[in-house]
Amino acid sequence: MKIVVDMNVCQDHGQCVFAAPEIFSLDDDGHLVYQSDVDEALREKAEDAADVCPLQAIVVED
Amino acid sequence: MTQRIVIVGASLGGLRAAEALRSQHFDGEIVVIGDEVHAPYNRPPLSKEVLADQVSHEAVAFRQRASVSDVIWHLGDAAQSLSGTTVTTQSGTRFDADGVVIATGIRPRTNPLAGAASHRMTLRTLDDAIALRERLQPGAKVLVVGAGFIGCEVAATATTLGCQVSVVAVDEEPMIRPLGSSFGAALRQRHEARGVTFHLGTGIQAIDDTPEGAVVTLGDGTQLEASVIVEAIGSIPNVEWLEGQGFDLTDGVLCDNDMRVIGGDHVVAVGDVARFPNPLFDDVPRRIEHWNIPTDTARRAVMTLLGDLGLGEGSKESFTPMPAFWSDQFDLRLQAFGLPGLAGNEPGDVTIECGDLSGDVIVAYRNQGRLVGIVGVGFTKELQALRAEIGMAR
Repeated sequence: MKIVVDMNVCQDHGQCVFAAPEIFSLDDDGHLVYQSDVDEALREKAEDAADVCPLQAIVVED
Repeated sequence: MTQRIVIVGASLGGLRAAEALRSQHFDGEIVVIGDEVHAPYNRPPLSKEVLADQVSHEAVAFRQRASVSDVIWHLGDAAQSLSGTTVTTQSGTRFDADGVVIATGIRPRTNPLAGAASHRMTLRTLDDAIALRERLQPGAKVLVVGAGFIGCEVAATATTLGCQVSVVAVDEEPMIRPLGSSFGAALRQRHEARGVTFHLGTGIQAIDDTPEGAVVTLGDGTQLEASVIVEAIGSIPNVEWLEGQGFDLTDGVLCDNDMRVIGGDHVVAVGDVARFPNPLFDDVPRRIEHWNIPTDTARRAVMTLLGDLGLGEGSKESFTPMPAFWSDQFDLRLQAFGLPGLAGNEPGDVTIECGDLSGDVIVAYRNQGRLVGIVGVGFTKELQALRAEIGMAR
């Protein structure tokens, strides 16, 4: 499963960090960092993170 | 026999309820009824990008999970009545259901004064935003009534588009209810520096037509000309279709902490229309018009409904969703968690945690020693850390 975040759209709200801390985090400057290759077991959490993104910038690909 | 759940309301809450039904293994029929013709779309961009950048439905439509591809969308036909778990729409179409999810949201409140009808607009739907965009031409005299989220965002966007913008509000400062007066004053100064004019602490006495548009008379006699008036003075929950069912419709529809509608049977509610207690703060039922609430309440409401129908386990845990909101005004972005509007009036209830109000800042809001909300400009990382302390003594 692949995670794609449109970093032109992302505004570092960080909602995804609460939904799926295994995948998303904020660096020391408060900017989003994430893993793009993610284990299938985390699909539900990844989908949750995509749902709660205010900018709808996260896509979960198969 | 195939079971059927009817979701009334085809915005964020309705979509998330449909998705939650599938992810919680409901394999019956799902019908979503909506008054707008559009498939669910994201509303926050309406006061920002949609006004400024000519974006279309496609740009703001929610991606939908594959699991909801078989949902029946009954759009452009509002629900007119509920009887038990049967929903009838304005066109007379009747949907019998095993369970109902109420997700009908809110609509803008408007000033009851008549006058200048063709120059008065509100902003709730995509069609509203597209219509308003046509009026926000450079040089247009825009009068925004109300200084809450929508009013302040429209004022900022219209100013950026080259309009001459005035804001009229009965409140003493913009966004005073969520932010308090000091933060509100700092926000006003940022708007004023960009050319927005404020008339605060005053109501409207008259709205009249003129050959060029409208003239609005304020409580103190001041007259303001406008080519367009944007009314952003709050909202009315869409509950009229629920009358006669024995529900408490005082302010939205009253629910228990599991999002079960009190007085209903196999009826739950989600999103802006639902008034429910959140033990993270206290036991007072409230509606929460923040963006993350439809998603959080939809999951819980569906869990409750499936449990009550014998199709799931329900949940025994107390439901304590964390409200989260943000606002973009000029180059400023406010981010907030909790319910800062619940702050008390005692010294020390509202404090600056870091930074200062002229730049990046975090403000903490307390009530009787407990942290109830935090609002920040910048300091993203610090704000995220403080979020965990909301509801706790601090």
